[in-house]
Amino acid sequence: MENELYKLTAHELLEKIDKKEITSQEIIGFLKKRIKGVDSKVKAYVRLKDANLQSATCNLQSTLKGIPISIKDNICTDGLHTECCSKILQGFKPPYDATVITKLKQAGATVLAYKTNMDEFAFGSSTENSYFGPTRNPYDLERVPGGSSGGSAAAVAADEAVWALGTDTGGSIRQPACFCATVGLKPTYGRVSRYGLIAFASSLDQIGPITKDVEDAALLMNIIAGFDPKDSTSVNSAVPDYLQALEKDIKGIKIAIPKEYFVSGIDQEVKAAVLAAIDKLKDLGAQTSEVSLAHTEYAVPVYYIIATAEASSNLARFDAVQYGFRAESKKGKTQNLIEMYKQTRGEGFGQEAKRRIILGTFALSHGYYDAYYLRALKVKTLIKQDFDKIFREFDCIVTPTSPTAAFKIGEKIKDPLKMYLSDIYTISANLAGIPAISIPCGFTKKVLPVGLQILAKPFNEELLFRVAYAYEQNTPWHLEKPKL
Amino acid sequence: MYEVVIGLEVHVHLKTKTKAFCGCSTEFGQEPNSQVCPVCLGLPGCLPVLNKIALDYAIKVALSLNCKVQEYTKFDRKNYFYPDLPKNYQISQYDLPIARDGFLNIDLEDKVKRVGIRRVHLEEDAGKLIHQQDSSLVDFNRAGIPLLEIVSEPDINSPQETHEYLTILKSVIEYLEVSDCDMEKGSLRCDANISIRKKGAQELGVKTELKNMNSFKAVKDALSFEVERQTELLNKDKPIIQETRLWDARELKTVSMRIKEEAQDYRYFPDPDLTAFIINEAQIEEIKKTIPELPQGKMSRFIKDYGLSKYDAKILVSLKNNADYAEDCIKAYPNKDKKPIVNWLIGPLLSEANNRNCSLSELKIPGGKQELLKLVESAQAGKISHLMAKSVLNESIDSGIPCLTIIENKNLFQISDSGSLDNIVEEVVKENAKSVADYKQGKTNALMFMVGRVMRKTSGRANPKVVCEILKRRLTDA
Amino acid sequence: MAITKDTVKYVAQLARIELKAKELEELAGQLQEIVNFIDKLKKVEIKNIPATSHILPMSNVLREDGPQESLAADKVLKQAPQREGDFFGVPKVIE
Repeated sequence: MENELYKLTAHELLEKIDKKEITSQEIIGFLKKRIKGVDSKVKAYVRLKDANLQSATCNLQSTLKGIPISIKDNICTDGLHTECCSKILQGFKPPYDATVITKLKQAGATVLAYKTNMDEFAFGSSTENSYFGPTRNPYDLERVPGGSSGGSAAAVAADEAVWALGTDTGGSIRQPACFCATVGLKPTYGRVSRYGLIAFASSLDQIGPITKDVEDAALLMNIIAGFDPKDSTSVNSAVPDYLQALEKDIKGIKIAIPKEYFVSGIDQEVKAAVLAAIDKLKDLGAQTSEVSLAHTEYAVPVYYIIATAEASSNLARFDAVQYGFRAESKKGKTQNLIEMYKQTRGEGFGQEAKRRIILGTFALSHGYYDAYYLRALKVKTLIKQDFDKIFREFDCIVTPTSPTAAFKIGEKIKDPLKMYLSDIYTISANLAGIPAISIPCGFTKKVLPVGLQILAKPFNEELLFRVAYAYEQNTPWHLEKPKL
Repeated sequence: MYEVVIGLEVHVHLKTKTKAFCGCSTEFGQEPNSQVCPVCLGLPGCLPVLNKIALDYAIKVALSLNCKVQEYTKFDRKNYFYPDLPKNYQISQYDLPIARDGFLNIDLEDKVKRVGIRRVHLEEDAGKLIHQQDSSLVDFNRAGIPLLEIVSEPDINSPQETHEYLTILKSVIEYLEVSDCDMEKGSLRCDANISIRKKGAQELGVKTELKNMNSFKAVKDALSFEVERQTELLNKDKPIIQETRLWDARELKTVSMRIKEEAQDYRYFPDPDLTAFIINEAQIEEIKKTIPELPQGKMSRFIKDYGLSKYDAKILVSLKNNADYAEDCIKAYPNKDKKPIVNWLIGPLLSEANNRNCSLSELKIPGGKQELLKLVESAQAGKISHLMAKSVLNESIDSGIPCLTIIENKNLFQISDSGSLDNIVEEVVKENAKSVADYKQGKTNALMFMVGRVMRKTSGRANPKVVCEILKRRLTDA
Repeated sequence: MAITKDTVKYVAQLARIELKAKELEELAGQLQEIVNFIDKLKKVEIKNIPATSHILPMSNVLREDGPQESLAADKVLKQAPQREGDFFGVPKVIE
């Protein structure tokens, strides 16, 4: 049984701690062993050599009783390296904690010093854009774990983490959760504080849970959700107890199935698994109907204008003045200020980062602002209106999380546009600001995970948990583990 | 032949306790990089939250400048790279500023001129950059301090009018107590745009932007220099280049910045980290209530209610503390003709205040305004000479002894009755035979000389007018 | 919309990023492809459609003018690539 302890969920471990069968320090111990055992293959974590896995916090009166949590490398932790897996933030140790970290510590969690791998600055859908190299999918080490929270998803899937935080701007929690057969939730925009999240696209980013099952996600959301006076975009409304939403009954729930998500481009095995999942939901008492989200095809272009525009501005601060990497002056020349900026940013940013910054700068530049940025903001309104219309009649929307299962490392990296299109099912939720969850719903013949995505109207995470839990508890997928 | 067209951009630091978007102190002159936090340093992951008082102050100024406060206002990012800008963008306002379309009336010699105010908006200040030999040093204490930018219409037509505008603008803002408006401390900065065109022409000439002027005088001098420079160019049929020029306070000239004019593309877009702000009527009314009587209104009232001259009223209202103190004195002065007390306020009182680097209300006159009025009345009644009264005032403030007490103790009362003076006059006549002779020969200087002798003998206490009359009678007799 | 190497060069200058010749060439090609794809937005009817900058119907988020603790200067300057006493040092700004 001791061998299996690392496979347990957070809520199972909490039970064991309560029964005094285990301590949080022992949990850290077997996690460390597991990481040592498999991370050389999976590479879910970064800078392992630089950090010491610390002792657990052990307050038994607290909610989380010292259980460790793994954090994506773009969430600030006071005194611990936070580098967004980028060269330009080399050595950066924030002098403050992100609000979610403060909340986790207050709830008694042990925040691991090891950070999980990610696409640099969250720019990517495969974790191949990390300065530290790609993470591998625990279900097939030749394939990507998804991105940009690939490290968090792989760590949870490989039981190298009890649970983890990821971030989602265009699908970066849901898609890797899908590729790695874990649960991943993107909260409603404004539900979780962004203070301390190193920004990619300020109007789209959210921090969310990546977990082994739905109950863990609900438990984690209870801790991290809530108003933060330090974040002007955080909503001041009470956080319900999401654990209360975990009933197994979804009789009468009205589910919308948007036809645009099942057209060409979707892998046949993925389609089959998702359709089977929808049938299961019907068996459980839900009613389904086909609907149309007419502006779906415009979501990706809208996203790549708005997100890159905001990113180009958010990343301007990386200029080697206060912290991080600074390029050395070229041989024999004294470097002036502009050269320092240009060389630092030219050398410090990876290819995808440079591509997005240039695209975003272009979209905002004089003469193009109206045609690109402003136009994108208007089409975003149309996309939001599509969802508003559906939610007037339906409780939730169900779609595949991704058109394909995990692809091979190197397969899409040379074709940026192809990579962008793999976000097609997840992006709209960020643009509309609505919550969305991905849960495992099967495997392909090659034993690659398939994910089911459920979307609900703003601040209705309870419904997501309810439907997700009902499905999960009536299917075997959440009990599967990769063969590492 | 030519008309000068000037527009001004004035930035004032708002005197809030904390910065625009974070809780760091705004106190001036602290150790470098000691008043900073993740937000104003622009550290990764930080987020701004707007200071309520900064918004209130901005609305207060806008209303005082007769502007239309916008119901819906938002913040935009102004993107450019510079080491004193921690995020390499400034949170500012672009197309929906807090207020627009106001005006400020300025006094010209013969009329009142209305200068339009195009817009008033809120933004954050950058840090401070110190240039050294081989590097530059950055101090972020100032980064994030709330700035109000006030942009005028190009309605100003001379350096002198510019000076008037700045003086009145500063006065209004000081009355509102929302800024120190101190150019030396950097809490007021001014950039100017100037162009010249043939009189009667409709189109504006090519404009030059002027920066680096550190006082109102420098602004006036820089503009005067530019008027000359541009006039000369036009006269020689040479073109005027659109550029930014810096005022060189040592060489007393403007110098081209010589930066490649890559038109700055600021790529403004709405800041996604801040919500929009809706300002409703109720809030505007609340803030209106906190606006005191403003200098120009007060000036008109002083002229009307107390019969002050425009010149005198203008001096008294220039500082709010002075105006309030002055009004109290004027009201308490018993006579209907207020000229005497006004003269005292504008003359000796302001002089004392200036010498001591304080305002009228800060002058520590023992016995307060009551004692001051008694002094003025005594001087008016001739009980003490004006000259003596001035020096008593000075001594009183220095020593802490009330004026009238000093006068009594030192027996400084003016001697005006002939009884006391006759003997002394007689002495002087006897001692100055030559002067007497001179006077009899028609040299009136000699009379004043002898009056002076009497003043000497009485330690300045003799009433010079009376002495003069006694002397004249005496010399006619003899 | 044509994305030439000059477009990319100009934008890279605005963004203060130095690109090697090969990068410039590659980027221009990739960005052209992306912009061609993005241009499909031109087909959308947006007349009378308002822009959505903020997805949340919130406004007037403000804070009180009360002081909060600042960071210790040493903590702030510790990671500076070019620390000069109590200041951040940068190469000379050429005027």
